[in-house]
Amino acid sequence: MTEAAARASRLPRPSRALLTCAVLAAALVAGISIGETRIPPLTVLQALANRLFGAGLPLDPMDEGIIWNYRLTRALVAACCGAGLAVSGVVLQALLRNPLADPYIMGISAGASTGAVAVTIAGFGAGALSLSMGAFGGAVLAFALVALLARAAGGSVGGRGAVQIVLAGIAGSQLFNALTSFIITKSANADQARGIMFWLLGNLSGVRWHDVALAVPVALAGVALCAAHARALDAFTFGSDSAAALGVPVRRVQAVLIGASALLTAVMVSMVGSIGFVGLVIPHAARLLVGVRHARLIPAAALSGAVFLVTADILSRVIVPGQVLPIGVITALVGAPAFALILIRGQDRR
Amino acid sequence: MSLETHALGWTTGRTVVLQDISLTVRPGETLGLIGPNGSGKSTLLRLMAGLLRPSTGHVELEGRPLAALPRREIAQRIAWVAQQADTSDRITARDAVELGRTPWLSANDPWSPADDAIVKGALGDVGMGDLAARQWCTLSGGERQRVHIARALAQRASVLLLDEPTNHLDVHHQLSILSLVRRLPLTSVVALHDLNHALGCDRVAVLKAGRLLALGPPREILTPELMRGVFDVCAHILTDPADGAPVLRIHPIH
Ligand SMILES: Nc1ncnc2c1ncn2[C@@H]1O[C@H](COP(=O)(O)OP(=O)(O)OP(=O)(O)O)[C@@H](O)[C@H]1O
Ligand SMILES: [Mg+2]
Repeated sequence: MTEAAARASRLPRPSRALLTCAVLAAALVAGISIGETRIPPLTVLQALANRLFGAGLPLDPMDEGIIWNYRLTRALVAACCGAGLAVSGVVLQALLRNPLADPYIMGISAGASTGAVAVTIAGFGAGALSLSMGAFGGAVLAFALVALLARAAGGSVGGRGAVQIVLAGIAGSQLFNALTSFIITKSANADQARGIMFWLLGNLSGVRWHDVALAVPVALAGVALCAAHARALDAFTFGSDSAAALGVPVRRVQAVLIGASALLTAVMVSMVGSIGFVGLVIPHAARLLVGVRHARLIPAAALSGAVFLVTADILSRVIVPGQVLPIGVITALVGAPAFALILIRGQDRR
Repeated sequence: MSLETHALGWTTGRTVVLQDISLTVRPGETLGLIGPNGSGKSTLLRLMAGLLRPSTGHVELEGRPLAALPRREIAQRIAWVAQQADTSDRITARDAVELGRTPWLSANDPWSPADDAIVKGALGDVGMGDLAARQWCTLSGGERQRVHIARALAQRASVLLLDEPTNHLDVHHQLSILSLVRRLPLTSVVALHDLNHALGCDRVAVLKAGRLLALGPPREILTPELMRGVFDVCAHILTDPADGAPVLRIHPIH
């Protein structure tokens, strides 16, 4: 356990939960107040008080509208995506016994993108399918394909062939990314292509309340489901056979949790595009902070992921004045060096 | 607790790894499982632990087919230690032993001081009490093996399936682990390579090429003929003049 972890664990439970909420709330308020037009945090709080509790404070209705309909929805969805992707990463890393597993590397994000593009551009499903449904279908299909390929290559999900599954994931990602590009080049007009490219790299601009209505319950349910399986995830420490010997119904747990990760990822990607590095870096950072036991790791990863993505979203809006960068660019720019640091620090402690 | 196998067999692809193994492990006994490399010892232990599905036959625990029991209930009764198991997670020795409590914990039955006491006791039993706070990656091979055994003890199962538990252990710890296993009021099946350790078991089962060749008290089973046929060595049981204990002398066939 690290020093920070020891310190965090000395805090009694309620105050830890309180601290968690406070950090997340602070990030959300910052996410709302920082942007092209700066809105003071006090105004943000007043606007929230008006909308949530009918406080009736005198405010510029313009500001209030921006805060409530644009900034808040955006920050909430960013937080949900961050939490969802980070927890998916934790779960995949635990079940596949591979520190490199994350929804992005496992091809789930690539599959979701292909599904989304197939529905929106290629017209797959003839209008009966929504973008989210397409993304979810693509995510599940990609994961199934990757798992099959890994199995055929001699790997087993959660078992000894941990290398195969990552290699299969890389192959799957390449395949689905190629399919996505193929569909775009073949069927999209120039405007569509530009729009979809922006979406693929992660874009929170179009987020509205109906997205929040999907993202919040899905993220909460996904994180709660994974947290409820914390002990089972711990039992995978020495592999899936050892987990089975400890009384974990391995196949069921794998199916439920990998399914949940695919669902979480698919829903998030369908809203904001495929965002890399969150599912990889955040679990490792959270482990440095609170240790490897999942009862603490899952909430910590969810919180860190949420704060990370809200912060990345702020950066994406302020780094280049007058322009919004794709959020995937920010997560990669911050995530890659952070991951390098974690790798090096992890090495030192051995 | 009694554990029985009935005409047990396991086939993978076209290879028959085990066939027609029928044996009863008696309550409270220590059964040694011996046989050359690849004879099927680990596979038999996995089948007995319910980790592999038999291709033929079945395993019974207290007269109930293992396949009909939920995993959790099996784990409350049977603990299994793999021949090898490692992790790159940054866990401590105590964390690893705490995993042994998994089958007994649930939302209604959270971690309690009783679990702490069991974990502490198990670490003490294998002589790892002082190293409980050490990181897994800093432990030596033998220390890791002892932690695995402590985890199985912490599981508080009545059947212990140990796959070469003396692997990596120094002489002192080999003897202390084996005598611990014999002393505990548990039913144990222990895969072994050291035939002198097998001599200390209540009964031994001899596997060769996936078949059960012999089963019985070690002094009756470990005849020079059997050991020549199975292990391709010359071996005799001698008697230690100091205490009359049997000792195996083994040398290559010329
Ligand atoms: N999954 C598998 N696929 C193919 N062959 C297997 C598989 N598992 C075991 N075997 C083969 O079955 C035979 C028995 O293996 P097992 O591990 O049970 O032997 P063992 O008696 O434990 O040997 P050792 O003393 O080396 O531990 C070996 O020849 C092994 O190669
Ligand atoms: Mg073996």
